[in-house]
Amino acid sequence: MSDHAMGHDVVLETRGLTKRYGGVHALENANFVIRKGEHVAIMGDNGAGKSTFVRQITGVEQPTSGEIAFDGSVVNFDGPLDARRRGIEAVFQNLALADDLDVPSNLFLGREKIKFNLGPFSILDGKGMREATLQALKKTAVKIPNLSSTIRHMSGGQRQCVAIARTATFASKLIIMDEPTAALGVQETAQVENIVRTLKNNGEALILISHNMRQVFDLVDRIVVFRRGRIVANLNKSETDGQDVVAYITGAKTGAEFAEGAL
Amino acid sequence: MAVSQIGIGGLEYDPRKRSLPPELGVLAALIIIIVVFEVLNRLNGGSFLFNMRESVPALFNQQRLDIMLLQVAITGIIALGVTQVIILGGIDLSSGSVVGATAMITMSFAQTGLVNGNPNPSAILGPWAMDLPVIVPILVGLACGVFAGLINGFFIAYTKIPPFIATLGMMVSARGVARWWSNGQPVSFPTETYASLANGDLLGTITFGLFRWPGQNPAVIFLLLAVLMFLVMRYTLYGKRSYAIGSNEAAARMSGINVARHKLLVYAMAGLFTAIAAILLTSKNLTAQAGMGVMYELDAIAMAVIGGVSLAGGRGSVVGTVLGAMIFSVILSGFTSIRLDAYYQDMVKGAIIVGAVVFDQWRQRRRAMGA
Repeated sequence: MSDHAMGHDVVLETRGLTKRYGGVHALENANFVIRKGEHVAIMGDNGAGKSTFVRQITGVEQPTSGEIAFDGSVVNFDGPLDARRRGIEAVFQNLALADDLDVPSNLFLGREKIKFNLGPFSILDGKGMREATLQALKKTAVKIPNLSSTIRHMSGGQRQCVAIARTATFASKLIIMDEPTAALGVQETAQVENIVRTLKNNGEALILISHNMRQVFDLVDRIVVFRRGRIVANLNKSETDGQDVVAYITGAKTGAEFAEGAL
Repeated sequence: MAVSQIGIGGLEYDPRKRSLPPELGVLAALIIIIVVFEVLNRLNGGSFLFNMRESVPALFNQQRLDIMLLQVAITGIIALGVTQVIILGGIDLSSGSVVGATAMITMSFAQTGLVNGNPNPSAILGPWAMDLPVIVPILVGLACGVFAGLINGFFIAYTKIPPFIATLGMMVSARGVARWWSNGQPVSFPTETYASLANGDLLGTITFGLFRWPGQNPAVIFLLLAVLMFLVMRYTLYGKRSYAIGSNEAAARMSGINVARHKLLVYAMAGLFTAIAAILLTSKNLTAQAGMGVMYELDAIAMAVIGGVSLAGGRGSVVGTVLGAMIFSVILSGFTSIRLDAYYQDMVKGAIIVGAVVFDQWRQRRRAMGA
């Protein structure tokens, strides 16, 4: 694939992305595209390479080979912070929240607002962070009972909402959610899904990793299926159904363009 | 759960729902302990807290209060440093030994050349190190403490060995340095200015009506540092990062905090506080001995733990540690006031430390169950 394939509206594109851990091919030759405002689901069995893929595009790991183009140029993220600085935000399976901090502190963890710069002893702008938190929660329609209580006292859904609010506040270009509702109850799941819809209305590009077929069909435009470290299907939601997707996930079917030797 | 929420995007803040800070519990414990000792003293016709002598125009037993504050000030300063380390999710077992090593080295730069007209009998370094301006031993001392802290921090942050092991090693090594420095000989006879560091009262006596506080320097410095660290832990990036790392190190790292560098800084800070304590201790005692500061690390950790600083990291505050230090000193003075033998004091001290940790665990479990 060459550069001209990259349209103006492409947010992220990977070409031949490959990751090996020793002899294990966790990810092979992944070609993936997401455009502005698009919501794409990544599905696949456990160990299919979904999380490995996400770790490469969020800078948590560096790929063995292949390239990542983000926002119009080829990038080599040297860490998750680098990816974040460029506008990729991820909500990970194991919530990256500090239990003993309150909501604003968690939202601004690692990029605190500073009132007076004294290096590591810089004075924090507590008021500014509280106000920005209120704005962020409004924007994402997240309901939190008490801004100044620690995350420890919150339910799984509320914690997930804080994590998502953080992502949505800072992501300028791409949001990635890895199993955002895996540990949540019905009501909490609905709340998180509402936030995702709000993000869609706001025109944010989003990659959703999920095992939940109903959720995927409810929320996204396109479904990309991983199997054994390879992308095996790239399906528009309107042209597929649950059974079809399951067939790709289990290996009963493989997309023509992804068959052995087609690449 | 009766938490009210306003519709989508709405947010309700209910101040009554705020969980009470654990420091209130510590304060309550302090008051209860004081009352218990007061009652025990009254049974013997005395008083723990109040002045019983008609001839002295004071409300409180001034002498006891002064001693309580003074005896807790120096270990209290170490406890302020250790509090930061524990909040970070670490531990520092080396502070007592670092006090010893820092004391010996610092004192060697603080000696006076002539004692009663004769050369200083315990002079360690040559004549060049006699009668140096007081800033020299202070800077040397602070540098020693920070250096020890940096070594601790380096091994913990960059070789990823458990803080328990790294600081245990430092505990043994620093004691070795203290003994080696002068072949086990005490270092004595500091200059007058150095002696006045801990024995003077910079602020003079402070009087509020019937309450009079002599304002000895160690106590003043302890309180000033406590206020400073309270502000730092609460309102600065340093404090926020320490709590974040202690609470969830992986999350802190994912958020882009340079965890290793911050750990190095916190252990260096703990070393700095230990050095301040060592300087005050040698100045107060007018001598440095290789055995100085033995077990101080445990007293300091105990003060923090009694004050509600969780050994699991991420929770606790400087206010808690100051209250913990006060409980510690009230108990020691209280035992003396009811003439309890020193052997019992140590036994009870140990029991209190274990009790505080058991209480902390119980509180965590209860919280985890959503109560």
